[in-house]
Amino acid sequence: MKLSTKFNELSSRNEAALLAYVCAGDPNIEATPAIVDALIKGGADIIELGLPFSDPVADGPTIQEASERALEAGMDPDRYFELVASLDVDVPLVCMTYYNLIFQRGLDKFVTDCVNSGISGLIVPDLPAEESEDLARSCSTNGVDLIFLIAPVTTDERIKMLLEKSSGFVYIVSRLGVTGARSDVTDATAQILSRVKTDIPKAVGFGISNGEQASKVVAAGADGVIVGSAFVDIIASGDNVNERLEELAHDIKSGCKVD
Amino acid sequence: MSGPKYGKYGGQFVPEILMPALEELEEGYERYKNDPEFLKELDYYLKDFAGRETPLYHAKNMSKRYGVKIYLKREDLVHGGAHKLNNTIGQALLAKYMGKTRLVAETGAGQHGTATAMAGTNMGFQTHVYMGAKDTVRQRMNVYRMELMGAEVHPVESGSKTLKDAINEALRDWVSNVEDTHYLIGSVVGPHPYPMMVRDFQSVIGKEVKQQIMEKEGRYPDSIVACTGGGSNAMGIFHSFIEEKDVKLVAVEAGGSGMKYTKGAALHSASLSVGEEGVLQGACTRILQDKHGQILESSSVSAGLDYSGVGPELAHLSDIGRLTPRVANDDMALKAFHELSLMEGIIPALESSHAVAHVMEAAESGELGELVVINLSGRGDKDLEAVRKIDRGE
Repeated sequence: MKLSTKFNELSSRNEAALLAYVCAGDPNIEATPAIVDALIKGGADIIELGLPFSDPVADGPTIQEASERALEAGMDPDRYFELVASLDVDVPLVCMTYYNLIFQRGLDKFVTDCVNSGISGLIVPDLPAEESEDLARSCSTNGVDLIFLIAPVTTDERIKMLLEKSSGFVYIVSRLGVTGARSDVTDATAQILSRVKTDIPKAVGFGISNGEQASKVVAAGADGVIVGSAFVDIIASGDNVNERLEELAHDIKSGCKVD
Repeated sequence: MSGPKYGKYGGQFVPEILMPALEELEEGYERYKNDPEFLKELDYYLKDFAGRETPLYHAKNMSKRYGVKIYLKREDLVHGGAHKLNNTIGQALLAKYMGKTRLVAETGAGQHGTATAMAGTNMGFQTHVYMGAKDTVRQRMNVYRMELMGAEVHPVESGSKTLKDAINEALRDWVSNVEDTHYLIGSVVGPHPYPMMVRDFQSVIGKEVKQQIMEKEGRYPDSIVACTGGGSNAMGIFHSFIEEKDVKLVAVEAGGSGMKYTKGAALHSASLSVGEEGVLQGACTRILQDKHGQILESSSVSAGLDYSGVGPELAHLSDIGRLTPRVANDDMALKAFHELSLMEGIIPALESSHAVAHVMEAAESGELGELVVINLSGRGDKDLEAVRKIDRGE
């Protein structure tokens, strides 16, 4: 399913999207389909599936450890695309990974593998717009959305440039730093949301871990909330994982309903 | 705009959060690099604090033994015991001019962290050094040295707990504190403008050599040999000679315990010699990686060369044939460490021992010519404990 279709559908119901991130293959390859099902059952509208990289500089310790577990379990790009193709889901899937894995596979091959396995969007946190020309061309040819990040320190000039290159949605980074669950969602979120003027859906990530935070972010004008580390923490605990993932997704999704 | 490329290498492969900081750094560097006030202060620090210029020493005994005339560029005599301070003085001074108050740095062996602590405390910065937890154990005296000079040392427990992970962690700190913090990278690696800026600050080495060798020999050397991990001492001594096409430039990488691989790891650090094009820590360069693009851990007896990547400009110079990559393994470096100590009364750092080892191996074949300059990038005092253990078979 196209990302735009999903966002339109939600918007007509006055709902913001819950984008749930987990790392494919964490804690093992067999576990991922049930994890994805639990998230969707709980209310996730879009699934971001991380393809683990050995040196995930944009991520905090939670997701780095998830990447290490997945790599240890044998996850690699070949198995990743097999796994994604085998998923039986009716929500859009987004691949999140680092540029070197795309580069080594070959840009066109990576993007066509995305299309063939059912992935509709691509997030590459270490690929700024300036270096993205070749990948953007391949994505555009194949109908895959290339999603860019906008941070609180991003200047208005850069925001304009990034919006011109964006499709699917824009990933608004709510605060400085790396990914990871935090207890506060700051005013910076509202500020950055007000600076991003676009019709493209705005999804806010970094630091959101419960329904209350999600509802604040949605009230501030977000069209979606991105939650990763809070789900990954549950997976890392190994305790009653799928049930708790579903509960948390449900809680966060309840914060995404606009009054 | 993305940074200048060195052929197909270089660039700025970093999270969006860092792009404004890199733009600011690039502007700051362009603004001050030719500023008379800045240059005057830089000269002052290099001379009175670092102890430049360093001698170009004719190694008579080694020359006699190997049948070619060998000079050692004595970067081991720079304050702190290595060339690293040339760069940290430059970047710390730039950060000061740019109004930053906090420095973060990564370190492998502790040499760059020490040099950052020296410049940082002297210029009034709060200095944070990230160091792989494994390296903090291997180099505990360097941790103490940094702490003595007021730096806070953060052991990094993630990944392989070495330099690569320390860089990741320092990047994360910078991402979180980008407004008041300068990330002081220790080598010619990372996103633009770092490879260019670090090269420029280190290029004082080659500029001095150019003058010194003309005074002593009336001509340029046939070869310049430097060890290469990230490649800052190599670029520092090579830069002024790149246009002098008759001077052979030799980059000696760590061959570790063999040019082989185990699961997820290389037994060497020879990214220039056998690595492949890829993107690591902000730049496109030659890296050690598996077929999927996962970065392999590297290995070397010398922590300062133990790195999976190499500066993008070195990768380019190698591709176009302007520099010659060579490899010296752990055993050769250890032998050179002992031999130079005995012959010249100079104990080289294990890193620099790789350059010395290559000259010892290659001089007699004639491939280095008659007149050779080795960049003796650091002194070996920091390695005494490690080498003594190896000698005793511990």
